[in-house]
Amino acid sequence: MDLSRLEEILDSKGSETFAIMEVLQDVQEAYRYISEEAIVRISERLDVPVIEVFRLANFYKAFSLTPRGRHLITVCAGTACHVQGAPRLLDTVLALLNTKPGETTADGAFTVETVNCLGACALAPVVVIDGKYYDHMTPGKVRALLEDIRFEDELAEDEDEEEVEAEANA
Amino acid sequence: MPELDSIASLEARREEVAFTLARYRTVVTMCGGTACQACGCQPVARAMTREVMAQGLEETVYVRTTGCHGFCEQGPLVIIDPGGIVYVHVTPEDVPEIVAQTIRKGKVIERLSYTDPVSDKTVQAEDEIPFYTRQKRLLLGENRHIAPRDIDDYIARGGYSALAKALDSMTPEAVVEEIERSGLQGRGGGGYPTGKKWRQCRNASGDARYVICNADEGDPGDYMDRSLLEGNPHSIIEGMIIGAFAVGARHGYIYVRKEYPLAVVNAGVAIRQAQALRLLGEDILGTGFDFDIQVVRGGGAFVCGESTALMASLEGKVGEPRPKDIHTVERGYLGQPTVLNNVETWANVPSIIRHGADWFASQGTERSKGTKIFALTGQVKNTGLIEVEMGTTLREIIYDIGGGPKNGREIKAVQTGGPSGGCLPTSQFDLPVDFDALYEAGSMMGSGGMVVMDDSSCMVDVAKYFLAFLQDESCGKCTPCRLGVGRLLEIVTDISEGRGSLDQLDLLEDLSWTISVASLCALGKTAPNPVLSTLKYFRDEYLDHIENKRCAAGVCRALIRLVIDSTLCDRCGKCIANCPHKAITGSRDTSYAIDDELCTRCRICADACEQHAILVR
Repeated sequence: MDLSRLEEILDSKGSETFAIMEVLQDVQEAYRYISEEAIVRISERLDVPVIEVFRLANFYKAFSLTPRGRHLITVCAGTACHVQGAPRLLDTVLALLNTKPGETTADGAFTVETVNCLGACALAPVVVIDGKYYDHMTPGKVRALLEDIRFEDELAEDEDEEEVEAEANA
Repeated sequence: MPELDSIASLEARREEVAFTLARYRTVVTMCGGTACQACGCQPVARAMTREVMAQGLEETVYVRTTGCHGFCEQGPLVIIDPGGIVYVHVTPEDVPEIVAQTIRKGKVIERLSYTDPVSDKTVQAEDEIPFYTRQKRLLLGENRHIAPRDIDDYIARGGYSALAKALDSMTPEAVVEEIERSGLQGRGGGGYPTGKKWRQCRNASGDARYVICNADEGDPGDYMDRSLLEGNPHSIIEGMIIGAFAVGARHGYIYVRKEYPLAVVNAGVAIRQAQALRLLGEDILGTGFDFDIQVVRGGGAFVCGESTALMASLEGKVGEPRPKDIHTVERGYLGQPTVLNNVETWANVPSIIRHGADWFASQGTERSKGTKIFALTGQVKNTGLIEVEMGTTLREIIYDIGGGPKNGREIKAVQTGGPSGGCLPTSQFDLPVDFDALYEAGSMMGSGGMVVMDDSSCMVDVAKYFLAFLQDESCGKCTPCRLGVGRLLEIVTDISEGRGSLDQLDLLEDLSWTISVASLCALGKTAPNPVLSTLKYFRDEYLDHIENKRCAAGVCRALIRLVIDSTLCDRCGKCIANCPHKAITGSRDTSYAIDDELCTRCRICADACEQHAILVR
């Protein structure tokens, strides 16, 4: 694992009391999870016991202790989304991807999470895929979106393979 | 930008900005809140800027992207001033026509106008839309005039004049008195008098004092704080500077939910602009007062909306509440006197100082002053953010502003106050919006979520939903909350799955009482509210689930079955193709059937069926 980005984050941290939270936020963004190595390194650099760093990483929902997938699917489970069909959306996504909330698919492609409200209640139910908001979702629409992503990923993989082949030939 | 080193220089800048804005003949306003962004407002905004340039109108037409206007369901919104002509659901393809017809010739394009779902009439001007006319938009109304990343827009609207007034002609003591007299109460849910909080902090002894803005808006169904912080961040910053001046703080923090990325960015940009103008930092406006603010991203824990948990999080600790026998106004962040107010509370401060306590106190009811913003969502025609004077009835909000039920259904309840609040039935809809009135009815104002439910919602399911939420979000410190809420959830789950018994209803009430008296913080104390209020007002639904094993709304999955009506089914195969669980069998020649064992009652098949042949039993 490349820890250079982690060192950069630690180098640029402020002196505030909440600096450790900021570090964890940045590490989560950079690596998509808080690894064991990262916890140990943060503990050394900030002079905080390993158990304390682990406790923070474990307590706050923003942090994940396992790697997240290449695509993050967030199904909003706020009240407005709930009464307008969010549970069915979640079911559809989980059934299609054969995974559980908070877990990542075996191929590392998708992580499905729920969030307790995104504050886009007027558009309920809402699903966020890789940072883009999709409003007034139905199980059918979400299924089509997932199929599009899979299709694009396959295209990208094919292109990668072609590039590798082209390079090999050259 | 030149620094503002005196109050006179602020006023000079205001005149300069007004002069620049007055050059424009037309102002095009586009909503760019999170919801409108989700609806695709950014391509519309880009198209508008391009088209205005292409037509050579950039000298006379000002295009402004603002924060949320509240009418999220109709986005992307475009408003053209003067005249306030409003267009809804605008696409980039509509832009050339808008520029050619409305901006150039002043003609209204009827097909883009809003149609009121109640009267079915087309409305051309923004101020004639019933959704807006019945509101009192003191805070939210400003969003429409301000580009959140342009401090000059805020200054043009009279921004920072309250700060100038406080620093120039008032003592800290006078500021506290003014807020006390206004009757402003905390908008985050508790309704604690803001002025009293400030006075206690001011009188407490400590080495340093802090002010904090609680923007960790975690109640599902709420987004007014996000919209204020995204759309008008300077109003919150100005409120915080005034508060810091009043209590004697030098540092302030805005603790904002990480799930609100746009709010995090806009608050940060606004702080940097204010610092550049010396409205934050050392020697503010040349008056010798020092104060600065930092934005802190929350870690995504609901309990951090509680003041002591939030402060623990700010200290880089796990966000667990502590006993409040010593209040945070005496010993808060780092053990020092701290004032923590909610976003909406801070946003009210500048206008109180500007217009006076009497002006503020003249609005609202005997016991609750001013206005309150609500997030009106759920099964109602017009959803979005609304702001009404305290004392407005729930009925006016739901039927007059919200336009009543959707799809010809019947409204049966409104859930107010988020997970700490309760469900009120239609018989309570004449209650006024007032901290005490809602509390006495078994719900609470909370931070202002209002989810309307019709007969397609099951109240047992709603109670179960909130319990699952609270069990997940309980920090685990107090046993009654950690275990008790889980036990409540088990019982309600039993009932929703047909295993309930009548004596469980007494147990629910008993256990609820224990949890509410024996938990430390408000999360636990109010956790039973969703159960108690649904038991109080919708007991018949619980009885129906227990005695008849029936969920009338067709929501509780264990109590329903999906069946295919063979007289309606045309064997098109769509349901088979769409079922993620492969639970439907049949072919063109044999009739279709659903396997109850495999079926999860997700009803995806029913959505796919054009013949409406899949029925809930």
